[in-house]
Amino acid sequence: MTESLFFIFAAMAIVSAVTVIVNRNPIYSAVSLVITLFSLAGIFLLLEAYFLAVVQIIIYAGAIMVLFLFVIMLLNPEKEAKFLSLTNSKTLIITLLSMAFIGMVISLVSGSVNYIGGVADSVGNLGTTKNIGLTLFTKYLLPFEIASLLLLVALVGAVLMTKRSLR
Amino acid sequence: MTPPIEYYLWFAAVLFAIGVAGVLLRRNVIIVFMSIELMLNAVNVTFLAFSRQMNNVDGQIFVFFVMTLAAAEVAVGLAIIVAVFRNKESINVEDMNLLKW
Repeated sequence: MTESLFFIFAAMAIVSAVTVIVNRNPIYSAVSLVITLFSLAGIFLLLEAYFLAVVQIIIYAGAIMVLFLFVIMLLNPEKEAKFLSLTNSKTLIITLLSMAFIGMVISLVSGSVNYIGGVADSVGNLGTTKNIGLTLFTKYLLPFEIASLLLLVALVGAVLMTKRSLR
Repeated sequence: MTPPIEYYLWFAAVLFAIGVAGVLLRRNVIIVFMSIELMLNAVNVTFLAFSRQMNNVDGQIFVFFVMTLAAAEVAVGLAIIVAVFRNKESINVEDMNLLKW
């Protein structure tokens, strides 16, 4: 049951992720990205990350994608006639880099699975809001506060950047 | 029957590779941004898979921070895109070459 759900969600995520990068129209890309993020929320649920699955839907599929769509519609870019940026030298470099990257990923994943044992027994409360909150506000209190500072800086930076003139 | 962790790792690797391909191949800077989001999410899947594997909540806290960072990054990045578009009337990455030598 869980396994078939995993394959359904994974297939949905990968297909829509490919759609994100091959679409000419940025709006279609954004909608595909929403589908990817929803299927990833399903994967999160399978991994017992209940709180993060909800956060994924609210923040990513909700807030961030609305921001993306808003900017796309604000800028209203024309469709790209030639949407891939390929020149001869670039194709060569990309081919080499992607070969190296794929080899690295394959060796990393297949190498690491030899070292990890079986899945630990589920206690059923791994990713609950209570568990996350307890850890976040005890062990990770300082990083949490620093993250709030980061958000404040980003907020001020974004407002300042879009101002027409700095006076 | 819960799927073994390798499945999640392979899935995350594929998703990350798609994100890399998007960053390298596309010229629309908004799509490049979306590809970066894809890569961040692939990393999140890996974190959660190992968190489930070890039965340890620390990985999920890391994912939480990655999401915070992604939100900040998107806000600032889109502000930069709007500012550049105002000056150059373009969202093509190849037109953004002021810092190139």
